[in-house]
Amino acid sequence: MKRIGVFVCHCGTNIANTVDCAKVAETAKDFPGVVFACDYKYMCAEPGQVMIQEAIREHNLDGYVVAACSPRMHEPTFRKCAERAGMNPYMVEQVNIREQCSWVHADKTKGTDKSIDITRMGVAKVAQNEPLFSTTIPVTKRALVIGAGIAGIQAAIDIADAGYPVTLLDREHSMGGKMAQVDKTFPTLDCSACILTPKMVEAAQHPNIEIVTYAEVQAVDGFVGNFDVTIRKKARYVDVDKCTGCGLCSEKCPKKVASEFEMNLGTRKAIYVPFPQAVPNKPVIDAKNCRFLVEGKCGVCKKVCPTGAVDFEQKDELIVERFGSIVVATGFEQFDISKYEEYGAGRIPDVITGLHLERLMNASGPTMGKIKRPSDGKVPEKIVFIKCVGSRDEAKGRSYCSRACCMYVAKHATLIKEKIPTSKSYIFYMDVRTAGKNYEEFYTRAQNEYDAQYVRGRVSKIFQVGDKLIVRGEDSLLGRPVEIEADLVVLAAGMDPQQDAKDLARTLGISYDQHGWFTEAHPKLRPVETHTAGIFLAGACQGPKDIPDSVAQASAAAVKAAGLLSKKELTAEAQTARCDEAYCSGCGLCVSICPYKAIELKRISERVHGGTRERQVSSVNQGLCQGCGACSVACPSSAMNLKGFSNDQILAEVDALCQR
Amino acid sequence: MGPVQLSTTVVSSQGFRDRLKEAYGADISLCYQCGKCSAGCPAAFAMEHTVRQIIRMVQAGLIQEALHTYSIWACAGCETCSSRCPRQVDPAKVMEALRIEAKNQGLVSDQEADLFHDLFLQSVQSNGRLHEVGLMARFNILSRQIFKDAIHAPGLLSQGKLSILPHKNQNPDAVARIFANVKKKRGGNK
Repeated sequence: MKRIGVFVCHCGTNIANTVDCAKVAETAKDFPGVVFACDYKYMCAEPGQVMIQEAIREHNLDGYVVAACSPRMHEPTFRKCAERAGMNPYMVEQVNIREQCSWVHADKTKGTDKSIDITRMGVAKVAQNEPLFSTTIPVTKRALVIGAGIAGIQAAIDIADAGYPVTLLDREHSMGGKMAQVDKTFPTLDCSACILTPKMVEAAQHPNIEIVTYAEVQAVDGFVGNFDVTIRKKARYVDVDKCTGCGLCSEKCPKKVASEFEMNLGTRKAIYVPFPQAVPNKPVIDAKNCRFLVEGKCGVCKKVCPTGAVDFEQKDELIVERFGSIVVATGFEQFDISKYEEYGAGRIPDVITGLHLERLMNASGPTMGKIKRPSDGKVPEKIVFIKCVGSRDEAKGRSYCSRACCMYVAKHATLIKEKIPTSKSYIFYMDVRTAGKNYEEFYTRAQNEYDAQYVRGRVSKIFQVGDKLIVRGEDSLLGRPVEIEADLVVLAAGMDPQQDAKDLARTLGISYDQHGWFTEAHPKLRPVETHTAGIFLAGACQGPKDIPDSVAQASAAAVKAAGLLSKKELTAEAQTARCDEAYCSGCGLCVSICPYKAIELKRISERVHGGTRERQVSSVNQGLCQGCGACSVACPSSAMNLKGFSNDQILAEVDALCQR
Repeated sequence: MGPVQLSTTVVSSQGFRDRLKEAYGADISLCYQCGKCSAGCPAAFAMEHTVRQIIRMVQAGLIQEALHTYSIWACAGCETCSSRCPRQVDPAKVMEALRIEAKNQGLVSDQEADLFHDLFLQSVQSNGRLHEVGLMARFNILSRQIFKDAIHAPGLLSQGKLSILPHKNQNPDAVARIFANVKKKRGGNK
């Protein structure tokens, strides 16, 4: 019989208010195997842990139960506590008498009874516990950063500076992400390109960074420390090694199409670099629009290229590489404003988005920095901004605030007044949210010094009369409907997750919320980690963020990634699955169900009635197994068991519950 | 009443707002409409639009409406709003400025309040300080309500709270200079 200790935690008043902790401890003394039981205000605090360690020595305990909060919170604490007292950490069971017990019950008698039951189950389980030992796994000292926007670039540079090789991957032709499209940044109004492009060059020239653009992650195998990532390098039709970036091909290319980078306000050729400061500054052929690739005619670029870099035969290429950790920085997409039928978005040419305006204001944009309306090229005098388009609108499925729009609208109003001094900006808002250093001051300056007229209310509709746009809303502070005759309407479109974010999440095995933003392991304490060990988040792929926040988070993710890579080896999960070959029928159900690809079938030979017989059984790779338990539930012959959560242990718990 | 044509009203009233700022030192563009002024206003119960709403009208360019309100005359000028305003808009000064503008434009919506203001200042001008009995008597006569509040007079007089004759200020010249200066500065008829 094992000698078991029971420690009941009050958690201040969190538990003690609804549970008579002393009574739980007193009752626990009579449970089979229990030789010591006590209660204390904070078991997780230093005195509480010392109390446990003294009890282990004094009463020569083989294992113990802590009745406290959720094991998610403090199981590592109490395991380490046991280890320090010389006990195997897996001889500890933490039972939760807080979250679904004291917190949800009002009746102290019921709460106490339930706590006693839960504790009894824990004692029954720990009586069945076996010491477990973890193995170690090697770490591949390389990191992969997915997405080369400002967050990805910063994370890559930080990891590379820490001394580890980094592969920085982007599915577009150039690094830069959304920030490359932005004209100026708030609240300092420095030019976006001036602070971004040097970072792009720094990353590109860093000896530890390998840039892979126009490529996508196709599959991810393996686990923390050893991810095998299949990368699809898309065909550029240009040999990057031969190309010198002279630009002759783009110049001579006869095919003109709308430029995505310029938000379709300008044009590009079929062979092109998206913007002048692109890194790498090598062109790509857009296969859908290239005359040669579509019709088999033309081929001018190939003829004019002085180095023979154009290669129409190029095919997509798949490469598999191993990385120790992955930083996901895939960013956001601008909300599709055509969902707002009432604003005529997509129908009325002079209703544009913030990103369109960024291109119109940019000196290297389609209008060379002159703000002109898309419809007739006139300089707008009255400009209306509408905030929260695709944000804080549950009817459109966007309950969240996009966080950056309030500031970028204030920035636009400021810049427009500077570029067109006679102009007047009207800004419809619901709330103004400027939580950031120097943000509020920037916003009030837009109002007071740049004459932006803020109107509280959400615009109901926009329609055209002649060449004017009539914007109708209510000034809810005035309590009266208002109308504005505008020349240009700018919708402050919010942020959406990348359309295929969910696919990438599934590929990586990380979780996402109902909108498609990737979820962090803990919103406060583990904000850059995912639930999948070794995969970290940076930037707006996690939720709307502005540039300073993205950069700060990228550096945080980089430290986490580099910290992982700095380890000689990683401790593997000890609570892994184990196959009892005697019971295994080799059906293979567990193989197909395992999310970590940790189970394979193997052949064994055994002696039956004097003869030798070969048969198939499952075998678990202890390095890959994460202890999720899916196999043990699937197994029809109960051959699969999870160490620390065996069928016997769970049945012992059920028995203990039924004994009452 | 159709929708307010904001683009027209705001632009056309820019001059008025500039004048408020330059002549009266009241910058209403600073106001972020928190309502702290109205929430603390002891006269708000008597107003048809609160101070915040009046300021919003001026922000939206509805000047004539603001000048026509009774609210600007109901304002007691106690300056609770100004002392509490987080943006230092000084709403009491805005109200005062609007009263002056309304008077200049002949838009006084409350003749009694206007009369009271005038008599009050006349009394101060001639005596150097307020002569309550004189003010009350003249106000009641000119507003044609001779016996208004007369019931309180015997009690107040017998306890020495009111005095029939005015108390003169020691330095009438100084008071006269103040009035002259204000007149010169404002150039108005107040």
